[in-house]
Amino acid sequence: MKKPFLVSKTVFFALFFVVFSGRPLLASDNESGEEPKKFDANEVILHHVVDDHQWHFTDHVVLPLPIIVYSSEKGLDAFSSSRFFDEHHNPVDYNGYKLDHNHILLADSGKAVFDLSITKNVAMLLINATLLFLILTAVAKSAKNRTGKAPKGLQSFIEPIIVFVRDEIVKPNIGHHYEKFLPYLLTLFFFILFGNLLGLLPGSGNLTGNIAVTLVLAVLTFIITNFSGNKNYWSHIFWTPGVPLVLRPIILPVEIIGIFTKPFSLTIRLFVAITAGHIVLLSLICLTFIFQSYVVGVGVSIAVMFINLIELLVAGIQAYVFTLFTALYIGMATADDHH
Amino acid sequence: MDLLSPGTGLIVWQLIIFVGLFFLLKAFAWKPILASLKEREESIQNALDSAEKAKIEMASLKSDNEKLLKEAREERDRMLKDAKDAANRLHDEAQVAARKNADRIIEDAKAVIHTEKQAALRDVKAQVAMFSLAISEKLIKKNLSEDKQQKELVDTFIKDLKLN
Repeated sequence: MKKPFLVSKTVFFALFFVVFSGRPLLASDNESGEEPKKFDANEVILHHVVDDHQWHFTDHVVLPLPIIVYSSEKGLDAFSSSRFFDEHHNPVDYNGYKLDHNHILLADSGKAVFDLSITKNVAMLLINATLLFLILTAVAKSAKNRTGKAPKGLQSFIEPIIVFVRDEIVKPNIGHHYEKFLPYLLTLFFFILFGNLLGLLPGSGNLTGNIAVTLVLAVLTFIITNFSGNKNYWSHIFWTPGVPLVLRPIILPVEIIGIFTKPFSLTIRLFVAITAGHIVLLSLICLTFIFQSYVVGVGVSIAVMFINLIELLVAGIQAYVFTLFTALYIGMATADDHH
Repeated sequence: MDLLSPGTGLIVWQLIIFVGLFFLLKAFAWKPILASLKEREESIQNALDSAEKAKIEMASLKSDNEKLLKEAREERDRMLKDAKDAANRLHDEAQVAARKNADRIIEDAKAVIHTEKQAALRDVKAQVAMFSLAISEKLIKKNLSEDKQQKELVDTFIKDLKLN
């Protein structure tokens, strides 16, 4: 009953402002007196979602990040990303390198270099890892100091999450030998959870919504799954029991493809879930600049607040799902024979 | 840096940092935390187990106590009964002995009385004989005076005799 009322009120205020405000608002972020560029929502959204060589908080607060490149021609080179821009923020070449759509190329030959720069996402990665290390070692310290006592403070916040991962995700899916895989799965869960949550902060990088990050996590899961796979696991793949003999050669390629679709689905799922959430948020915010209206801004802000709450939920769910599937795959690879 | 193509630099960094983070956390966080969690769970389980054991022990102790109490009560009852029986027996025995004693005393008394009686009778007979002799003597002495008086005299004597 409350929602239609809210909607009608928003519509009323929207009409009110459209009628009385007289002139459209200028939402352009260009203040240098040039002709205002046409607002391109697609570019803005993509720029926020993908990795970057500098940390762009606003147009005036830009944190230059170190560039580290290697090429067979010029060897290893390191410099600040601010070298790629002159005092008017116009792109320039530096030392024979050219920044083209966030790719670093050799200026003369246009050949791509091996780019090991501390990009925005690498910086996020370092922040995420440092934060995790500090928080979890603090918990470990408090766990050590308070042996035989009730948990307290940060410890009582983090410990239930650890117990949840252990008892609800790892134990039921892997079984009695779960302890060997617990450290990896806990690291995975906390890394994704913190990455997701940090990614929701304004101005932060989209770490867990980056396909390179999810790819590495999925590949690690793939390696652990297949290296811990026992005889049953491989016999299920190459000579599936319980299937008529004639069908077994047909099942074989399906099973082999199955080995690779698992990490692929892990990669895509996390990447899509987080990036899609960011794109939805940014699209809503971009509506303000497309309509150039305060009213839309207010309405969109309210909507964005609720989407943000959903994003918090998604952050937890995606960490859970990634860890759950990893545990499931490991459990399948290490299960005892029950045929 | 496109949306769908993974950047090589980020892959390298992610791999290095994540694997490094994994080993660091494994050594400095997960090991102590998981150990402490396990220890706490075990200590809680132990406390619960020992409470359950104490409960069972209490129950068995209580039943033991009750058994002991019951045995003691039975022992007491038995002892009381024994004592009562013994008392009764003693009482009866004493009574029988007393009666026997009394009977014997009575018998004795009777015998003595009988003997005494016989002796007395013998005495009486001797006395009577003596008296008779004396009477006869006096009669013989007085015989000569009066018949009537003699008779009266004899009567009196006899009367006296009977009275005795």
